[in-house]
Amino acid sequence: MVSGPYTKEPVGAHYGVGNWLVQRFTALVMAIYTVAAGIYVCWSAPGSYAGWKALFAPGFFRLATMLFVVSLLWHAWIGMRDILVDYLHPYGLRLFAQAAVAVVLAFYLIWSVSILWGR
Amino acid sequence: MSAPPKTRPKYYEFNLAHHWPPAVLSIFHRISGGFLFFPILPLALWALQATLASEDGFARWHAFFSQPVAKLALVGAAWLYAHHFFAGIRYLVLDTHVGMGKAAARASALAVFAAGLATALVVAWRVW
Repeated sequence: MVSGPYTKEPVGAHYGVGNWLVQRFTALVMAIYTVAAGIYVCWSAPGSYAGWKALFAPGFFRLATMLFVVSLLWHAWIGMRDILVDYLHPYGLRLFAQAAVAVVLAFYLIWSVSILWGR
Repeated sequence: MSAPPKTRPKYYEFNLAHHWPPAVLSIFHRISGGFLFFPILPLALWALQATLASEDGFARWHAFFSQPVAKLALVGAAWLYAHHFFAGIRYLVLDTHVGMGKAAARASALAVFAAGLATALVVAWRVW
C-alpha cells in the first residue's frame, strides 16, 4: 500500500459494515416475527375486542412484539439515513431531517412500550 | 492531483420501463420503505393503541375499516409491507451469493413482485 504524507488510507469510519449487518439482522428478526405473528393472529382469528385484547395478554407475545418494534425502529433509522444521504444534499437540511427522524423514532419507542404495557 | 470538473456528467434514467426488473425492484424497495416509515408506521401504532385501549376504540376502528376506501388503503399498506418483506428476503439470499447470475436475478425480482401482489390479493380477499 502506498502511503505518504499526503495520502490517507481509504478505510472510512468503519460504521458502514456495522450498519449493513444490523440492517440484515433486524430484517431477519422482523421476518421471523411477521410469519410467526401472522400465523398466531390468523389462527386465533380475533373478531371481538375481548379476543383482540386476549391476543396481547401473554407476556411472550408482548415481548416478541417489542423485539419486533425495536428491530423495526433500528432498521428504519438506517434505512431513512441511507435515503436522506442519497437524496437530501444540503448539510443543514439533512442534519435537521436526521434529527427529526431520530426524535420521531425515540417517540415511537416510548409509545410502543406504553401501548404494550401501559394501564 | 487536479480538481474534479465542476459539472460532472450525470446519466439519470427516470423511466422505469427502461430498467430491468431488479433495478425496478430496488427503487420500489426504497419507496415502500419510505412509506412504511411514514405514514404507515404511526398509523399502525395509533390503530394498535386505540383498538387495545377500549372497546369503544375497537368498535370505532372496526367501523372505519368497513368502508371500501379504508379497506383499499389497508390493502395498499399490506402490499407495500409484503413487497418490502419479499424484496428484503431476496437481498438476504443474494448476500449468500446465491442467485447472482443475470437470469436468476431477473427471475427472482419478478418472483418478488408476484409474491407481493399475491399477498395483497389475499389480504384484499380477507378484508372483503
